[in-house]
Amino acid sequence: MSTTATTIDRAAPPEVGPRAFIRRLRDGDEIAHVVTLVFAAAILLITSLLVYELWMDSRLSRAKFGWDFFWTRTWDPIFDHFGALPFIYGTLVTSVVSLMIAVPLGLAAAVFLAELAPRRLSDGIAFLIDLLAAIPSVIYGLLGIFVVVPLMRTVIGPALKAVLGKLPLFGGPNYGVGFLTAGIVLAIMVVPFIISVSREVLLTVPGDQREAALALGATRWEATWQVVVPWARTGIMGSVFLALARALGETMAVTMVIGNDPKVSASLFAPGYTIAAVIANEFTEATGDLYLSALIELGLVLFLMTFILNGLARILIVATERGGGHPS
Amino acid sequence: MSSVRLIWRKSVNAVMLTLTGVAAFGVVCILFLILGYFVYNGGRSLNWAFFTRLPTPVGESGGGMANAIIGSLKLLFLAALIGLPVGLMAGVYLAEFGGKAFAFVIRYTTDLLNGVPSIVIGIFAYSLAVAPVKHFSTLAGGLALGIMVVPITLRATEEFLRAVPGSLREGAMALGASKWRTIATVVLPAAAGGIITGMLLSLARVAGETAPLLFTALGNRFWSPGWSQPTAALPLMIYEYAISAYDDWHRQAWAAGLVLLAIVLLANLGCRMALGRRGMPRSS
Amino acid sequence: MKKIVLSSLLLLCLAATVSAQGNTLLLNAAGATFPYPIYSKWFDVYHNEHPNIQINYQSIGSGGGIRQVLAHTVDFGASDGPMSDEQLAQAGFKILHFPTVLGADVPSYNVPGVTAELNFTQKALAGIYLGTITKWNDPEIANANKGVNLPNADIVVVHRSDGSGTTYIWTDFLSKISEDWKNKVGKGTSVNWPVGLGGKGNEGVSGLVKQTPNSIGYIELIYALQNSIPFGKVQNAAGKFLKADLAGVTAAAAGAAKDMPDDFRVSITNTPGAAAYPVSSFTWLLIPAKIDDAAKRDAVKGFLKWMMTDGQTYNETLSYAKLPKPVVEKEMKAISLIQ
Repeated sequence: MSTTATTIDRAAPPEVGPRAFIRRLRDGDEIAHVVTLVFAAAILLITSLLVYELWMDSRLSRAKFGWDFFWTRTWDPIFDHFGALPFIYGTLVTSVVSLMIAVPLGLAAAVFLAELAPRRLSDGIAFLIDLLAAIPSVIYGLLGIFVVVPLMRTVIGPALKAVLGKLPLFGGPNYGVGFLTAGIVLAIMVVPFIISVSREVLLTVPGDQREAALALGATRWEATWQVVVPWARTGIMGSVFLALARALGETMAVTMVIGNDPKVSASLFAPGYTIAAVIANEFTEATGDLYLSALIELGLVLFLMTFILNGLARILIVATERGGGHPS
Repeated sequence: MSSVRLIWRKSVNAVMLTLTGVAAFGVVCILFLILGYFVYNGGRSLNWAFFTRLPTPVGESGGGMANAIIGSLKLLFLAALIGLPVGLMAGVYLAEFGGKAFAFVIRYTTDLLNGVPSIVIGIFAYSLAVAPVKHFSTLAGGLALGIMVVPITLRATEEFLRAVPGSLREGAMALGASKWRTIATVVLPAAAGGIITGMLLSLARVAGETAPLLFTALGNRFWSPGWSQPTAALPLMIYEYAISAYDDWHRQAWAAGLVLLAIVLLANLGCRMALGRRGMPRSS
Repeated sequence: MKKIVLSSLLLLCLAATVSAQGNTLLLNAAGATFPYPIYSKWFDVYHNEHPNIQINYQSIGSGGGIRQVLAHTVDFGASDGPMSDEQLAQAGFKILHFPTVLGADVPSYNVPGVTAELNFTQKALAGIYLGTITKWNDPEIANANKGVNLPNADIVVVHRSDGSGTTYIWTDFLSKISEDWKNKVGKGTSVNWPVGLGGKGNEGVSGLVKQTPNSIGYIELIYALQNSIPFGKVQNAAGKFLKADLAGVTAAAAGAAKDMPDDFRVSITNTPGAAAYPVSSFTWLLIPAKIDDAAKRDAVKGFLKWMMTDGQTYNETLSYAKLPKPVVEKEMKAISLIQ
């Protein structure tokens, strides 16, 4: 909404040429324009520099391993053999587990807040849930170590094993730390994002959609689930991508509860490793340029993953909010 | 429609709606559980020594985190110094001056920066501010945090500047003020409340960041003089103490966690209440 | 209100900057977690005796110590795995090793219901860490512990997730006693572990072992003692089961003391001798031979001299063995190499 009308204070017609520039400069407007432009450009500079550094500092590893980097399972600093597979696997598994917990929970809560709760209650609860999003990662890690891990070892793990122990997904010993624990902690961390964005998106669904369904005799739930939610589904997908992007990059909480073992395992109880966690643990001690380069290449991979997901999320959410939701 | 089917639909309706309510309250309960844990465990370990003493040698009890508290404050100060002006000015540019194409690029890049995992920002700050000068420093840590402050500040600045009614601007211009004068003396003050809250929120967010500090500020058992030496910070201490086996360190980790949590939540509470929920820039 | 906040913030910053201007000399060091308890004690005591010298030691693991010394981002490093020839060549400048204390890696464990001290044969330890021995009541372990009721539970193996000299010592030992280990895994500060959970630092491994039932992890002796974690006896080269203690570690170093190489890099794991504890090691400070800043150089030299004399009196209370006399004499001479 910025106005471009500066004609009011100019009596003379616009001038061109260097003398005009100097005049405008003295006005201060041009300076303001240039100064703010420089700061804006600085952001561009920082981001480009970041990508450049990631690209350049990983060149040793990229040259040596090429595309094989993504399929190799070994992470061996002694024999200088590095592969990203265990970390990509761990990152994806923990994120998927977290979404499987957070999406139903978050969507249900968002539905409640958008459809059922009176406005003031809805605002109040949404306000509190936003506070959850503000809690730092290391705090969740602390809770993970002292609350979730023992809980997993003594209650959740045995319960799951009793019911589903035959499946390879829940096989193997239960240490307390592992993929599942990391997934649970991540779920708590990303659920506020799903709730917040989904709630806003659901609130933009036009009232007549709801009312039409109700007029046709649908129950409240049927109207919500079969009409309102589908209308907002692109936006909800966007919130899921946002949550996923957040989960992928989480470092501290994950490294404190995942077991830090670079292995690809079928069981959710097994310890694993994520890209962010291995960088945090090994960056300051990577002796050897190839080792360091491999770690930075992992950082590049993580950066690309979050970049794509955030981009998609943004597109989906904006599309829904601009009324582009699909009628069911 | 048969009444059996109707009863079924009605029961499904009741059950599902209740479940959604349970979900919402469940998530809120998690928040209170977290707070409760920290108040209980941290509160027991919070004492005067915690705030005033330095860490003791490994295995000895009675130490505190005075240097970590000051370290965190220094880092926040640097982050504010580096990140807030950039976010503010760029936000002004986007709201007041921007051309379509360039503004879109800037906005997109800022979103990109916002989504970068903090550990990757740590790598960046290391290659920029640690490797060339060959030592870890508060400055490098402040740089990493400063970069993270920019996107949130920019978003808040732009949103609140745009929300200022055009009539205000036009009134100023009608009185003969040039554009920059209008911005500086009329528009910015009008949007100041929202902008400052955005800034405080961005600082609250980076106050708890640990990953970017791991290889920039490194950590320090003593006071960190000036800005070019490694420094202790609350999140770093929490991490180091939490993964150890010493009970005394665990207690201190809870206490530090409580302090950090209190700062972050109070800042968020304050800002959000000051603005009202609708007026909040999106936190994501 | 705003003015008050602003001005107090400004004062805070001034204070922070001004405190830099005092003539405090801050030395930054990083590295091994193995000797962290004694180093933190030493630096604390040294600071009390010399208030203008602060040595900030960050225990980020021996791998980190080596890397940061190579990158020149710290004034000196610390490692319990001596730097290899390749690493020294990589430096481009000379790095000296100075032994500081003698310590021991112990196999700490957490087996609910077992209060006795377990005996671990060499085969047992190699098997456990190779992943070939998976249960606590495996014959290899049970036969060495007659009368102890070992559970039929899976062994949770814990190792280091960061680059570690403690790992170096442990894998050096395993490489000597197991051909399999030597070929499959090798020795180093960071290896490709066949099995196990990773903990960060000795602190992290101790934490994991303490909290995880049926676990076993290798940690430095003092961590087991300070955290009351039970640890077992290890079978040495002479076949005897020894519990780690000062006498055993000193015995292990006895041979090396006489034939210490000039660069002080020596391995004392699995040494012959009935009383030698097999997983013992020196730990070293990694100091650049050339320190340009005169004040820093004098501080480092001063600390080293103190460390070898007064410093050693603190070793035994923290369960590290003192440096043997011949080694100290040799080191005193080596200090002059720091220019």
